[in-house]
Amino acid sequence: MKRAIDIAMLPAIPEHIRVAVLEVTTRLKGTPGALLPILHGVQDALGYVPEEATPLIAREMNLSRADVHGVISFYHYFRQQPAGRHVIQLCRAESCQAMGAVALEQHVKRRLAVDFHQTTSDGAYTLEPVYCLGNCACSPAMMVDGELKGRMTPERFDAWLEAEST
Amino acid sequence: MLSIVEIDYGTPKSTSGTMVELDIDGRSVCVPEGTSVLRAAAQAGIAIPKLCATEMLDAFGSCRLCLVEIEGRKGYPASCTTLVSAGMKVNTQTPKLAEIRRGVMELYISDHPLDCLTCPANGHCELQDMAGVVGLREVRYGYDGANHVHPEIDMEKSGYGWTALGADDQGRSPKTVPNPLFVGKDESNPYFAFDPSKCIVCSRCVRACEEVQGTFALTIQGRGFDSKVAASQDNRFLDSECVSCGACVQACPTATLSEKSLIDKGQAEHSVVTTCAYCGVGCSFRAEMKGQEVMRMVPNKDGQANHGHSCVKGRFAIGYATHPDRITTPMIRARISDPWRVVTWEEAIAHVASEFKRIQARYGKHAIGGITSSRCTNEETYLVQKLVRAGFGNNNVDTCARVCHSPTGYGLKSTMGESAGTQDFDSIESTEVVLVIGANPTDAHPVFGSQMKRRLRAGARLIVIDPRRIDLVRTPHVQADYHLKLRPGTNVAMLNSLAHVIVTEGLLDEDFVARRCEPEPFARWRALVAQDKYSPEAMESVTGVPAEMVRDAARLYATGGNAAIYYGLGVTEHAQGSTAVMGIANLAMATGNIGRKGVGVNPLRGQNNVQGSCDMGSFPHEFTAYRHVGDDAVRHSFEQAWGVTLLAEPGLRIPNMFEAALDGSFKGVYIEGEDIAQSDPDTQHVTAALTAMECIVVQDLFLNETAKFAHVFLPGSSFLEKDGTFTNAERRVSRVRKVMDPKGGYADWEITQLLAQAMGYPMHYTHASEIMDEIAALTPTFHGISFDKIDELGSIQWPCNEEHPLGTPVMHVDEFVRGKGHFMLTEYVPTSEKVSTEYPLILTTGRILSQYNVGAQTRRTANVMWHDEDRLEIHPHDAEERGIAEGDWVGIVSRAGDTVLRAMISERMQPGVVYTTFHFPGSGANVITTENSDWATNCPEYKVTAVQVTRVNQPSEWQKRHRAFTETQEALLEQSVKPA
Repeated sequence: MKRAIDIAMLPAIPEHIRVAVLEVTTRLKGTPGALLPILHGVQDALGYVPEEATPLIAREMNLSRADVHGVISFYHYFRQQPAGRHVIQLCRAESCQAMGAVALEQHVKRRLAVDFHQTTSDGAYTLEPVYCLGNCACSPAMMVDGELKGRMTPERFDAWLEAEST
Repeated sequence: MLSIVEIDYGTPKSTSGTMVELDIDGRSVCVPEGTSVLRAAAQAGIAIPKLCATEMLDAFGSCRLCLVEIEGRKGYPASCTTLVSAGMKVNTQTPKLAEIRRGVMELYISDHPLDCLTCPANGHCELQDMAGVVGLREVRYGYDGANHVHPEIDMEKSGYGWTALGADDQGRSPKTVPNPLFVGKDESNPYFAFDPSKCIVCSRCVRACEEVQGTFALTIQGRGFDSKVAASQDNRFLDSECVSCGACVQACPTATLSEKSLIDKGQAEHSVVTTCAYCGVGCSFRAEMKGQEVMRMVPNKDGQANHGHSCVKGRFAIGYATHPDRITTPMIRARISDPWRVVTWEEAIAHVASEFKRIQARYGKHAIGGITSSRCTNEETYLVQKLVRAGFGNNNVDTCARVCHSPTGYGLKSTMGESAGTQDFDSIESTEVVLVIGANPTDAHPVFGSQMKRRLRAGARLIVIDPRRIDLVRTPHVQADYHLKLRPGTNVAMLNSLAHVIVTEGLLDEDFVARRCEPEPFARWRALVAQDKYSPEAMESVTGVPAEMVRDAARLYATGGNAAIYYGLGVTEHAQGSTAVMGIANLAMATGNIGRKGVGVNPLRGQNNVQGSCDMGSFPHEFTAYRHVGDDAVRHSFEQAWGVTLLAEPGLRIPNMFEAALDGSFKGVYIEGEDIAQSDPDTQHVTAALTAMECIVVQDLFLNETAKFAHVFLPGSSFLEKDGTFTNAERRVSRVRKVMDPKGGYADWEITQLLAQAMGYPMHYTHASEIMDEIAALTPTFHGISFDKIDELGSIQWPCNEEHPLGTPVMHVDEFVRGKGHFMLTEYVPTSEKVSTEYPLILTTGRILSQYNVGAQTRRTANVMWHDEDRLEIHPHDAEERGIAEGDWVGIVSRAGDTVLRAMISERMQPGVVYTTFHFPGSGANVITTENSDWATNCPEYKVTAVQVTRVNQPSEWQKRHRAFTETQEALLEQSVKPA
């Protein structure tokens, strides 16, 4: 029976998170349908949407914590932990699946020893699924830190990873 | 799980008056416009399979079971989200539909445990029912794939690819790995368990939390197959925003959310409709019973006050009724320092009668009296006042409404002619502006609070006048347009300012006033409030509220359409409590907000039967229905019926009884269900008065604070153990029905009757209904009420008589009860309780959702998990100035006394004002409150006490004495001598 408003009053929110969230909410909360732009704004500012940000966003938007959590968790784009230094997105859409994306996914997971939405133990890579990078002609596709890589195979992935880590 | 006896029609009832005819499965069906096909079919006795639909919630269309075929339409529309239209031809059963439904059920069951026989919902599980209905015979997908059911995944059988879960250094997976989708049971809530493995993600719980309760504590986390129900941020229920109202538990079609009582004891075999014994909302419940044991309480969908909703108290906090602290045998003792002696009923009653007779013989017939509680039934309070007036031969009877809503009775009677609220709760559905003053509905009247929030979410505007930022001011999806955060004790100043704006800015409803109200008093009132001294600008320094905000709020109230005022003890419990009630009535009359749906003046009654206990003649100066004892015609009617001569002079009020006890002229009192030693102001004064008396008789469930000063204890019965009626805040008389035998052997009215007989006054009722028949015969506004009629109609709002045979939801429709409305003059007189350098803060008191009043009931339930001590709420500024940190012990000193509580630092307070609740006797909240009271009714000024707050490191002297006294009294109870 803890009320949203009480939670937000607890001093448990690190100052940089509080400042970043309030900057974004103050700027955007007057606009219609502000929650998604606010979540984008917070992720842009902090690299992720920290758990501690939720009560504050809820209070500012006059929503419940559950409301905000439901939206954050619905969109895989919003990460709830900081990402690794690099973000690898593997396409799992139809064209890529037809061209071996499932085998690639299994290989990449095993090679990095993570599942989707996880970060390698050294903090280097975060692995995310994505549904169509629009690169179907060169399936299967992968994107690293916003840079597209087509015709990916387990072997090419390993080669890329080797090159990256040296 | 829904009630074991109610039929669920799938979608809410349409209120349209236009009827639509359609054809369903070859049958002609006629339903109101706006009805769903699902409901139309259900009403015609055609059951379409469904899972995500329930009539408590708006249609959602997610489960894909209620699909139908409609001629001329493509595809298979969901019947829950499809509204009927004229001439529509619907087929609910076709081979294709059967195939689709089986396919859907197959998917559901592939991710659901197959433990039906040991499941708490077995037999009442909607998923199980639907599997049967669609004829599910196999699940082709098996049960080993991705699922939420099993804690572990068998990697070979599952078809899962590689997963990092449990993988070793070489990246090899073990044979079984933990299932990332599995979530164990959440049993953190004391009353219900959440077992996500049984969840079908129909969202009924999430929607119930939003639509019905309005707390928005639940969500669907994630998406697709990963979706799951989560509380707040995937917290345990107890750590979430959940207020434990139980709407989700009731809505759940499976055993995912189940009452722990259901898990522990199984399902009920019968159900009895009764009325909640907590607040003035008066929720109707189905007590689901196994023999004489309550399995669970399910709010009654047909309940006219609550429409199937409830709060944490009514639904769950009933364990007190069977708590081991219950005292179930009569006890007597000569002195309060003696151990109790357990005696027979005969001996106890004879002892009381002889003591009372002895006292009257020695000190005069006015030396004894009676006090009833608003927790008693109408029949019980009626009988006690009859005993006092006819049996004791005096008018020394009072009720605890003295300390809560007595100003409401007086203020509304003198302005409009009837001592009661003007509306039914459903009136708010037509309200456009809600004005809440001195009330905290989401804590104190939670079910109506939910209804109010629903209306506010639908667009009604909100003005809150309260010293604290109560939840309504800003709570998810609800925000007040104006919060007039006034200083405690300045209600009348504020009301006059609002009136000033209405009068001087031409916002009056002149036509209404001219037609419906007395002209001269109106003119006097108009001149009074029009004075410059009552302008918001002039009053700003008194109320502390910016003048412009007051003006805006007044304009909104006067011109925003149907405006309704809801008020509570924050209005009445003041030196000018009655004046404030009159000021509220004046505002409503001046703006024409009286006499139709959507408007009115609505006191939110604190206890279940405050309205009823007042109606029943429990005040020393009034017979039933507020008729003065000095009125010869009325008195003669009672004299004739009761066969005695009655006094025309009012008797003692509760505070007068204390005074008389201290000066030696009042020596004996019969107290039924009331705990004056905890709930009345200035505790030390009260206990001094109690100590001065010779025979205090307490009839209660527990050895409460007052009983520790008593000489006779008579075991009372809980609301589950007797028949009777309660009257809620909307004048609704509802039945209380006996579901188990009284633990002490007698219902309370039977005990009063035994006492009357022993005192030599005959009473021969064989059932509570006969008492109601007598009340109806003697009371014009109750002429039409009887137990049979209540059974027939569900409940009745008085007046119910020849003129209003079905009762009266809205009062003062064509004319006021007194004829013309009477504007009372409301000069603002500041309370004498003022802050000073010695006492610089104002203490105000209130209650919290999980606890109820003196806590005698709720403290004996698991509700203490939410609130196990009263704390002093203080603004960070005031705390910092005093070096007070969260949780520190602080001493609170007033002119009356001092006590010690722990501090809770809260921005809900305004600087200069502190707040506490009074649910725990050891808190001594009323040691601090003063003897100040309402000028007209003596209702105590609980809401304004000047105090100083400082950090301390030990309990107050009073608390030490109280603790020692409590220990002594508990020991005396332990040592009670039982008959051989």
